[in-house]
Amino acid sequence: MSEHPKHSSSGHHDPIPHPAQSGSRGRINFRPVNLLLLIPLIGTLPPMFYNKTAPSIGGMPFFYWYQLLWIPISVTLTYLVYRTTRGER
Amino acid sequence: MNGVEFGIVIALFLFVTGVGFVAARWRRAGSLHHLDEWGLGGRSFGTWVTWFLVGGDLYTAYTFVAVPALVFGAGALGFFAVPYTIVAYPIVFLAAARLWSVAHRQGYVTAADFVRGRHGSNALGVAVAVTGIVATMPYIALQMVGIQAVIEAIGITNNHWPLIIAFVVLAAYTYSSGLRAPALIAFVKDTLIYIVVIVAVIYIPYKLGGYDKIFNAAAKALPAKPSKGALTLHDTQYLAYSTLAFGSALALFLYPHAVTGVLAAKSRDTVKRNMSLLPAYSLMLGFLALLGYMAIAAGVKPANGTNGKPDSNTIVPVLFDNQFPSWFAGIAFGAIAIGALVPAAIMSIAAANTFTRDIYKPYLRPTASPREEAQVSKIVSLVVKFGALLVILFINVQFALDFQLIGGIIIIQILPAVVFGLYTRWFHRWALLIGWVAGIAVSFWMLWYVPNPATNHKHFGGAQWALSHIGINTKSAIWIGIPTVIINILLAAILTPLLAKLPRGVDQTDESDYHAEAGDPAVGAMPLSPGQETVTA
Repeated sequence: MSEHPKHSSSGHHDPIPHPAQSGSRGRINFRPVNLLLLIPLIGTLPPMFYNKTAPSIGGMPFFYWYQLLWIPISVTLTYLVYRTTRGER
Repeated sequence: MNGVEFGIVIALFLFVTGVGFVAARWRRAGSLHHLDEWGLGGRSFGTWVTWFLVGGDLYTAYTFVAVPALVFGAGALGFFAVPYTIVAYPIVFLAAARLWSVAHRQGYVTAADFVRGRHGSNALGVAVAVTGIVATMPYIALQMVGIQAVIEAIGITNNHWPLIIAFVVLAAYTYSSGLRAPALIAFVKDTLIYIVVIVAVIYIPYKLGGYDKIFNAAAKALPAKPSKGALTLHDTQYLAYSTLAFGSALALFLYPHAVTGVLAAKSRDTVKRNMSLLPAYSLMLGFLALLGYMAIAAGVKPANGTNGKPDSNTIVPVLFDNQFPSWFAGIAFGAIAIGALVPAAIMSIAAANTFTRDIYKPYLRPTASPREEAQVSKIVSLVVKFGALLVILFINVQFALDFQLIGGIIIIQILPAVVFGLYTRWFHRWALLIGWVAGIAVSFWMLWYVPNPATNHKHFGGAQWALSHIGINTKSAIWIGIPTVIINILLAAILTPLLAKLPRGVDQTDESDYHAEAGDPAVGAMPLSPGQETVTA
């Protein structure tokens, strides 16, 4: 009874071909759509973009509603990346 | 003491205790005498359960109590929690999927398991494990601060028994049900929290005369506070705000409890979908933060803590107590208390798994069977919780608070070994280890020079390091984790070619592991991880 994971470092002994190996083996799959993930960082991390009180909405200063607004934007972008790359490895 | 509030909190507590024990039977596949079962809930959680589990795990009672308290005391700076939790998910979206895949293919339970297998280095695995455990311990202790704040707001002061009883009960059902207990209780927790937050952000402003009045009151009161805050940031706070938000986001998914939540998901797809849906919690957190201003507008005075001094962490419970009818305040308090139990359970399980897999097994008992691993983990989860309880009871809360600030700074030092390791084997294992040592050492050196005027501490008083230390004529400060992780990475990169003559470890993983999905050969059989045969036989 092996106490260590039985997979060898190479994995070549595995008689069953992994679907993920076809075409993707040994490299990182990067799709340009992944760059959408950077947009929330650009939108929220530099405070100089939004560090002001006007205009306010419903009494809430710009600083607060601007950052809260980025939550749905970020969800949308990340979900878009998820849907586009779904099933890919 | 308010009898109605107390009664409702007790009723909710008893209810989740029942849920916690019943959870042992929930979706149970095989024997609980295996870490995949006890420590990862059978690696079977779908989108909904994962969403509640990870959300319940990351948005803790301490967050609910401390973020509004920070906004109450320091104004705009406290709102960093919003960009922090916005950027965290896009950042980890890709890496988390790779970690899930390789962990399922190789049977890894913790991030340190992965590091040891990937870099072929027990030493690096232990470094990652110890970092995770040290960073998690004060976090567990802080969950008790959340419960304590509720107890004080109900009007029970100078009495530790409610807290002790709550933790003994929590320890009991975590021991028997493992990760299934917090996963099931998380549904109750978040349902209650969402109800409370939605009611609070509509009802309290309605009572106080609208958001206009709330922000006006805050604008007047903030400059007079010791931190001289405002509704917006001072120019000198930009760097602190950005680096704190970005650094906290990088650190978030390196914590053992966050990794546990990710690895308990049933598929790679579930992980990716969750990364896109989890920011919904940030909306709740953003509105919660505004409770700090509502407390200012309502003229809330913090209740006294166990040390007899006003404790700013009580402002949210006191606000609820002042503004809500007793029955609803009771529900809100119950929500906060349960909100402490869920993360405390997950954190103690994650710390226990890390100890068992990455310290006990490689160094103390290489021949430990899966059954023994599960048993050790269960016992360590008890030790961890009682250790945290002792810190709160006998050292003090401030110690846990200071230490938790350090937690994010030290956990980020495992980023090169874990995250870079998911993508490349270029870095030499010894270079990564030296980088880690240097990152931690420089962090502590910088932390030494951070005073906290509020508590009269000269050292280790915060996580923001004044740039004036290096002769720059400014009042700006930087979150220590960012420069120190850069030092860590640079050192690892410079040393890698220099150490090329030293042997590299054997990589246990295969490139295809990083793309594996549930149902693939060797992944479909995964709940039966290597060694499981001994359990089912």
